[in-house]
Amino acid sequence: MRRHLPVLITLAVFIAGYLICLAQFPSFASTRVIGNLLTDNAFLGIVAVGMTFVILSGGIDLSVGSVIAFTGVFLAVTIEQHGLNTYVAFVLILGLAALFGAAMGFLIHTFQIPAFIVTLAGMFLARGLCFVLTTDSIPINAPAYGQITDIAFSLPGGGRLTFIALTMLVVVAIGVVLAHFTRFGANVYALGGNRTSAELMGVPVGKTTVRIYMLSSFLAALAGIVFSFYTSAGYSLAATGVELDTIAAVVIGGTLLTGGSGTIIGTLVGVLIQGLIQTYITFEGTLSSWWTKIAIGALLFAFIVLQRGLSAASIRTR
Amino acid sequence: MPLLDERSDLLEIKGLTKGFPGVQALDQVDFTLYAGEIHGLLGENGAGKSTLIKVLTGVFKRDGGTIRLDGLDIEARDPADALALGIGTVYQEVNLLPNLSVAENLFIGRQPHRFGLVRTGEMRRRAAEILTAYGLDINVADPLGSFSVAVQQIVAIARAVDLSAKVLILDEPTASLDAQEVETLFRILRDLKTQGIGIVFVTHFLDQVYAVCDRITVLRNGRLVGSRPTSALPRIELVSMMLGRELAEEALHRNQRPAVTGNPVVSFKDYGRRRLVEPFNLEVRPGEVVGLAGLLGSGRTETAKLVFGIEKAETGQAFVDGKPVRIASPRDASRLKFGFTPEDRKTEGIVAELSIRENIILALQAQRGWLHLLPRRKQEEIANRFIKLLDIRTPDAEKPIGLLSGGNQQKALLARWLATEPRFLILDEPTRGIDVGAHAEIIRLIERLCEDGLALLVISSELEEIASYSDRVVVLRDRKHVRELSGAEVSANTIMTTIASHQ
Repeated sequence: MRRHLPVLITLAVFIAGYLICLAQFPSFASTRVIGNLLTDNAFLGIVAVGMTFVILSGGIDLSVGSVIAFTGVFLAVTIEQHGLNTYVAFVLILGLAALFGAAMGFLIHTFQIPAFIVTLAGMFLARGLCFVLTTDSIPINAPAYGQITDIAFSLPGGGRLTFIALTMLVVVAIGVVLAHFTRFGANVYALGGNRTSAELMGVPVGKTTVRIYMLSSFLAALAGIVFSFYTSAGYSLAATGVELDTIAAVVIGGTLLTGGSGTIIGTLVGVLIQGLIQTYITFEGTLSSWWTKIAIGALLFAFIVLQRGLSAASIRTR
Repeated sequence: MPLLDERSDLLEIKGLTKGFPGVQALDQVDFTLYAGEIHGLLGENGAGKSTLIKVLTGVFKRDGGTIRLDGLDIEARDPADALALGIGTVYQEVNLLPNLSVAENLFIGRQPHRFGLVRTGEMRRRAAEILTAYGLDINVADPLGSFSVAVQQIVAIARAVDLSAKVLILDEPTASLDAQEVETLFRILRDLKTQGIGIVFVTHFLDQVYAVCDRITVLRNGRLVGSRPTSALPRIELVSMMLGRELAEEALHRNQRPAVTGNPVVSFKDYGRRRLVEPFNLEVRPGEVVGLAGLLGSGRTETAKLVFGIEKAETGQAFVDGKPVRIASPRDASRLKFGFTPEDRKTEGIVAELSIRENIILALQAQRGWLHLLPRRKQEEIANRFIKLLDIRTPDAEKPIGLLSGGNQQKALLARWLATEPRFLILDEPTRGIDVGAHAEIIRLIERLCEDGLALLVISSELEEIASYSDRVVVLRDRKHVRELSGAEVSANTIMTTIASHQ
């Protein structure tokens, strides 16, 4: 029970928030709002799944925002300027990003450099590469884009469950299986629990580290593809600060920043809480969107204090 | 060759040598472990026990010698490799993963799986099965960290044994267990013994050694002192092997001093903390030196830490000048004019990068609070006064203290507290790691401080030394103050026999 407490609290916050919204704006009950909530936050959800693995292992990945931007720019340049097939471009960027993440993981493990430093370098590198490709915002007009965004299942009540939202939910589902039902998942938790002990117990620390960052960058690129559907463009300055939103979502979702404890489902709820605040502010109409940041800041602070309290309590009862 | 014993050699170490810069940690050590025995490995600080274990488990590379397991030469690359070879180690601080479930801790890296997915149910069923054999009926799905250290240790043992360990090394496993938990652990060890596993048991508790060990090996200063069957090794002999001295005519005759009278500066009544030290009574008078003697881990340092407020007492009451006081932190103690020089000078005493002057004024400045900075001239005056008074060998007060020799660092630490004009000073192993000349100086210093009317509590492993300057000596054993010696009783011989006696 105590293990699930953080995620239950996150869930309670989400439900309370939803009820507040509902009380003020009855249309929150409509499937349209819920469908949009999922679609609009799909990219954040996808990248947050990868970030959850990174943070669970006791690391951090600051490069994801830049990787999202680079993905958009790469797609725009290859598809629009070089006439590459859209799907081939997708596969290419996913592969490239995986390699990029693997390289970061390799550096982190081999040279025992803090993940913070390596991914900070990765962040600047990916952002810089965007500008090497182009400094303009390039629109993407490929027909495949229109087709993919149009795929959706109608929900009763006029809402739409888009392909994008579905992709996010599938990524979350795969993330859950990976985290809780595979050896890789157990190794990730082991690394976050105590790296030295994990090594002594025969956990393949190096291999796991490389795979964690590979997964994170891969999912960042996937999020980048999804992000390009929203904007239909590639722009070097897109998605700045998304890495911080992602980290916030993971922590609000109940994952310990020091690693070793947390869930993927919690992260999904963390993302939805952010989305909910954003939607509320849109409905409200008079509030500036900066209030989203302020609300997130307050929540984040509350959650970190809460985690401290919980872990202190669990030590006392031992 | 005559058959001496039915037992077969499981682990055979011959001529093991390992040196570090400046120290020969292991010097031609032989050690034999039979299959199906519990073998106590004993020795005081610096004896080489932990080095031996670390070489065995691949943490350190050996300089020379052979290690044979089941007749085959082995050399473990790292602890994981050692475990694969059949040598499992369980440390006092359990090296498992507290955030994972008990089942995952038992099976990590070898979880049963199908189609790439871990079969959690199967894993838990098998984990529960393994632990039942150890008499442990717990929910294996719960995180390991939610259980007591005792349970965690049993899980660690179960894991090592399940990973086909033939040799099980237990490094001070009982240090943080209570009596009942120790009994459970022993039952498990005896059980494993009958399964033919060889167990190396490192501990400081003599009672436990006699309760469970078949044979005992004693190391001292990196050399083998001897290996004997427990039944053929009386306690007094074991203690003398560990301490490296024979029961003999007193080499050092103490100047008989009249017993110190007067009201105690400090006194402690039923002062204690569970798992640290059992409640004790202690009082120290002005001009008196009280020695604390006992083997390593007997509760000497723990007593000092309680007295100085580093650990909080759970029971009892402290008095200064007969008035009850609260000592909940070193700050409280320092305000009451207590001083403390710790055993581990390097990590708990000096601030190596700071100058001698800064180190000396540290406690005084802390007492004044950071808002009342000591004027620089005053700082220099204090530092120079003590450098001269205690004869600290240094060109000037601005040299980083880390560059001084051990003896001079110790004097500077003493100066740190003397500058606060304390009434009660606790010295934990003041002469450890100090060369002979400085050694004598520190002892003279202790005697001088005592003549000046300071109340002193001194911990030392050197029995002659402690007998020479103490008015009274409290002997500790297994976390208990067992006896107080005073007057003519204060001698190295009585201390030793008291340590070795039981109940």
